[in-house]
Amino acid sequence: MILIELFLTFLKIGAFTFGGGYAMLPLIQSEVERHGWLTQAEVVDFIAVSESTPGPLAINMATFIGIRTGGVLGALCATLGVVMPSFVIILIVAKFYEKFRRSRAVDGVMYGLRPAVIGLIGAAFLSVGRTVCFPNGFQSSVFSDVRLWVSIAVFALAAVLAFKKLHPIVIILISAVIGIIAGYVFGMQI
Amino acid sequence: MTLSGIIIRWGDIVNKYLELFLTFLKIGAFTFGGGYAMIPLIQREVCENKKWLTEDDILEVVAIAESTPGPIAINAATFVGSRTAGTFGAFCATLGVVLPSFVIISLISFVLKAFQESKAVQYAFMGIRAGVLALILKAVYTMFKAAKKHVVSYVIMAAALILTAFLKIDAVYVIIGCGIFGLVWSLIFRKEQNDDPD
Repeated sequence: MILIELFLTFLKIGAFTFGGGYAMLPLIQSEVERHGWLTQAEVVDFIAVSESTPGPLAINMATFIGIRTGGVLGALCATLGVVMPSFVIILIVAKFYEKFRRSRAVDGVMYGLRPAVIGLIGAAFLSVGRTVCFPNGFQSSVFSDVRLWVSIAVFALAAVLAFKKLHPIVIILISAVIGIIAGYVFGMQI
Repeated sequence: MTLSGIIIRWGDIVNKYLELFLTFLKIGAFTFGGGYAMIPLIQREVCENKKWLTEDDILEVVAIAESTPGPIAINAATFVGSRTAGTFGAFCATLGVVLPSFVIISLISFVLKAFQESKAVQYAFMGIRAGVLALILKAVYTMFKAAKKHVVSYVIMAAALILTAFLKIDAVYVIIGCGIFGLVWSLIFRKEQNDDPD
């Protein structure tokens, strides 16, 4: 049953995401792939949509994936799933938070998790990079494909703008405009 | 307590719930990117405007949101709601912060579906995907810069990256493994909290 599956999957994602937002990416990628819900390219599109709309990235992604796979009820189940672990855990922590803050066990686990999250987002960067540069798999003909060079050019420009601290929405807008112009100028087949 | 006193008290309680809900509805509707982008807004609303918590409490909220699983925005909303008005307060705040996302994304997904066959939209997303790649790179870089840098943390970062990206280990197992490793390592080799050699 898709609704229960959505709920349980996002419950798992909510329970194992530390640091929020992009830290969720590797989990979403592997779950979505396992269930065959979306293509990796669609996941990347959802990141863009989530970044350009208000609200927490995690909620936006859960709602979006839920609605695509199970309609409005699916969105409800996915969102409920991703929120539930946080909600319950924080309620418990809020009661004992002096103890929680001083706990050596929590400190120890976070000592391992903080760098792990950085590595995980690094892995997400590589896999999104593969999706962006080689959407149809890697072949030697890919280097004569104008799409690869347009993608690399947009990435380079967007990276410079991102490090200049331009707002993500502005970067997404600029990338979209370049994509449209390049698409029509080169008459790309997608 | 007189009847009118009880009614006024009840009114106060209900008001508090409603206020929590509306405050976090506003925070949810006006934060783009979620998580850390939300903290300054929470600070302004919860500390300066409503005076529910102090600035120190907000630092506490951030620290706790970071060291518990789940989206930072949800953690923060639940924590503030719970400290201000108990469990139902937490529910109201969390519902408030989730609702705008939920409604807006539902609407957008229908709009996108209607236009997804259009060539212009497909070209736009071709560009956007490359742009998102840059945003992820920036996120990694920012987190890396803020991280404590010592040998153990480098080793964990590299291990998590290699296990997930190249050996295709499920991210959940990587997270569990790194958490256990951190705990065991800390108990054996780190004498006090935060005694990380730089």
